[in-house]
Amino acid sequence: MHPAIQMTGRSRNTSFLVEQSRSGLAELAVWTILLLAMFLAPGRHQLLSEIAIVALFVLSLDLIMGYAGIVSLGQAAFFGVGAYSAGLVAIYVTSDPVIGLLVSAAAAGLVGFATSFLVLRGSDLTRLMVTIGVTSLLGEIANKATGITGGADGLQGISIGPLLGLIPFDLYGTTAYGYSLAILFLGIVLARRIVGSSFGLSLRAIRDNQLRASAVGIPVNARLVAIYTISSVYAGVAGALMAQTTQFVSLDVFDFHRSADALLMLVIGGTGYLYGGIIGAGVFKLIQSVLSDATPQYWHFWLGLLLVVLVQVGRTRVIRSIANLLGLGPRQISPQANDAKMSQPR
Amino acid sequence: MSTNALETRQLVKRFGGITATDNVSFTLEQGSRHALIGPNGAGKTTFINLLTGVLNPTSGCVLLNGEDISGLGIHGRVRRGLVRTFQINQLFPTLTVLETLALAVSERDGFGRNPWRPAGSRHGIMKQASALADTFLLTDVLRNIASSLSYGQQRLLEIAVAFASRPKVLLLDEPAAGVPEHDRATILDVLASLPRDVSVVLIEHDMDLVFSFADMITVLVSGSVLTRGSADQVSSDPRVKAVYLGEAEHE
Amino acid sequence: MLTILFDGVAYGMLLFVLACGLAVTLGLMNFVNLAHGAFAMTGGYVTTVLLNDWHVPFLMALPIAFLATAMLGLLLERTLYVRLYTCGHLDQVLFSIGIVFMSVAAVTYFMGSQQQSFQLPAFLQGRFELELLSVGRYRALVVAMGVAILIILQVILMKTSFGSRLRAAVDDRRVARGLGISVGPIFSLTFAIGSGLAGLGGALGVEIVGLDPNFPLKFMIYFLIVVTVGGTSGLIGPFLASLLLGIADVAGKYYLPDTGSFAIYTLMIVVLLMRPQGLLSKAQ
Repeated sequence: MHPAIQMTGRSRNTSFLVEQSRSGLAELAVWTILLLAMFLAPGRHQLLSEIAIVALFVLSLDLIMGYAGIVSLGQAAFFGVGAYSAGLVAIYVTSDPVIGLLVSAAAAGLVGFATSFLVLRGSDLTRLMVTIGVTSLLGEIANKATGITGGADGLQGISIGPLLGLIPFDLYGTTAYGYSLAILFLGIVLARRIVGSSFGLSLRAIRDNQLRASAVGIPVNARLVAIYTISSVYAGVAGALMAQTTQFVSLDVFDFHRSADALLMLVIGGTGYLYGGIIGAGVFKLIQSVLSDATPQYWHFWLGLLLVVLVQVGRTRVIRSIANLLGLGPRQISPQANDAKMSQPR
Repeated sequence: MSTNALETRQLVKRFGGITATDNVSFTLEQGSRHALIGPNGAGKTTFINLLTGVLNPTSGCVLLNGEDISGLGIHGRVRRGLVRTFQINQLFPTLTVLETLALAVSERDGFGRNPWRPAGSRHGIMKQASALADTFLLTDVLRNIASSLSYGQQRLLEIAVAFASRPKVLLLDEPAAGVPEHDRATILDVLASLPRDVSVVLIEHDMDLVFSFADMITVLVSGSVLTRGSADQVSSDPRVKAVYLGEAEHE
Repeated sequence: MLTILFDGVAYGMLLFVLACGLAVTLGLMNFVNLAHGAFAMTGGYVTTVLLNDWHVPFLMALPIAFLATAMLGLLLERTLYVRLYTCGHLDQVLFSIGIVFMSVAAVTYFMGSQQQSFQLPAFLQGRFELELLSVGRYRALVVAMGVAILIILQVILMKTSFGSRLRAAVDDRRVARGLGISVGPIFSLTFAIGSGLAGLGGALGVEIVGLDPNFPLKFMIYFLIVVTVGGTSGLIGPFLASLLLGIADVAGKYYLPDTGSFAIYTLMIVVLLMRPQGLLSKAQ
């Protein structure tokens, strides 16, 4: 079409985008640690399993916030749908965990798809309202539908059969950790594929500049619906894992704290490079166990204080210095750049 | 008779009580170089926004190659070959030059829906992206993110992105405004070497550029067409002079 | 029927008093302050303590609640909030959630997690029995105060030089500074008044919606709906949104005890789909 342009083509830099989606040393280190923990911390498998699940949940938030610039305080909605679906499948249909996981993923994806249209238009403010509102709404439904969900008593009598028909879940959470870790690994691998694709590139473009994105021919709304749905599937799988590994679901799956904590973990871990969830969840659980040992009832006070200090000092600065301390390059963690979409006040 | 590349019929846009675009019927012949000029506040930007689908008209319609595109969104029009550049740089701050160009190429070819294949694995896309970078003298900054580029380089990237979408009709909104002299020459060269199967609308204040580039000129004043004609006709039109002299006095 | 409507109106007025401060800080100053409910809760607890422990008359306690909360707002604005005006929304969200967490835990620590209540003075108890409806005296007071506050705020915003300076500062901070308007103090004062009104709302609300340490979380969604649905271009929108929300909530819970609590969410979704920019937005 444009001879002037195409004749001079050279390809010396073309491998750049490929490189980006290749795994690095830091990635390998993370997985080594997580695997080693299986053997080195045998008494902590329940906690580790919880961390892996929460990490997956935070990853779901990273997909929409870190990559597509959608701020949400209602990610718990999909976590809850996944958890209840998994519980109900186990009680009424089959105790096979993998089938339960797939059904929950589908259910959460469906709810995510249906509600995605509400977050398309509008500002950060509208999105906050909608995401909080949808979560409260679902929580209220779960609360009222006592016949199905057990209401405030929670969903009881969940029993989960052996994994793949072979490995039974044990009391120490060893199977649970292995299972959660495997799903988290799968989740990260898939997510990396997605964000490294042309689709993922278009999401980052939308996050950066929605108007310009549509002017290069990107159907912005369709892409946002897609990633929101994918993200809700991730959150739903996390919820299902929690239901299956703890064999209990209660109304607190829809808790505002759950969404807010996820946001905090993501911010601690860093947005937009997929591993923020794992790092954030690890750090968060560490802080939580220290604080709640000291003041079991009031640990959210200290958490709040942490948030206030973090923002006041400048979270970019704090996180970057921690990242440097850990030897993760500054290029990987750049929360500032990644909420470029979060519009500046006038 | 071939259909016009771009055409508007009785296009009207009102904001509350203000008529920003007043019954504009505009035609862009195939392959032509058409400049759209007018004093500040003449409604050029509104008109561009109506063409590209950023705004919906109060009444009237927009036709691209004889086809009514009034119902299409921004991206739908781009897909059909109606591409614009922005007056103020509208780039993706955290995307590198290569990523930005690869994005535009991959969206043009309809790969953007694919969540599986790595963006960089399609050789054709990367080749075209780096070729574009070469043309626009951006090869040295291929791996730099857009927000780190100089203003001139950002302008060049802005236009390169529009090229990457392989336009049939290209709307250039003050492409050379604020660009340093060296880069400016590059931009003008590239514009001059555009293939004739691309029809171009140029919105510009710089009259030297307008008269050297355009074979047709439409003058917009207060939201409606004052006159249209060849460069000679327009430059000798006393009404046009009056409008511009009037503005010069105000400034 | 009319009684329900009136109760809904009263509830809406209460929401307006609670949220109007947020309509200004969030709507006009564009600061996403999710901690607005914490100020309301402060007002509520101040009033409870004044009434129950200090035996201050109710009508005296209200202005004290307003002032105390306004002072707290001023203090926090000067020390913490002021540094975040130019930050992104995410920072504001994180910061204000932090404040919410702290306030919830602190109040639980000092006051316990039980519901708070106090005895209204005799002249505010009981109802006026009119021909078609029966009006609670206390609710009538709330309605009157809601209307009064709307009028006063609207006058301040539109007619006084403070209001025009605030509007200028909100439109463009730099230009306003250039015109010699001291933006900082104006924002501080506005924030303080907004917080004070929230405190007043919290005080008035103890009788109607109750008070416990989870108040800021429970009402966060109501506040957001009022501001988002009402739109961010003035106070009339949030006022109408409050009324709508109040009536929908009360009527929903009365007529459909099982599903009525969904009324506000339904309302939120419907309005959002029909008027994404808010109730009073001009059509684009």
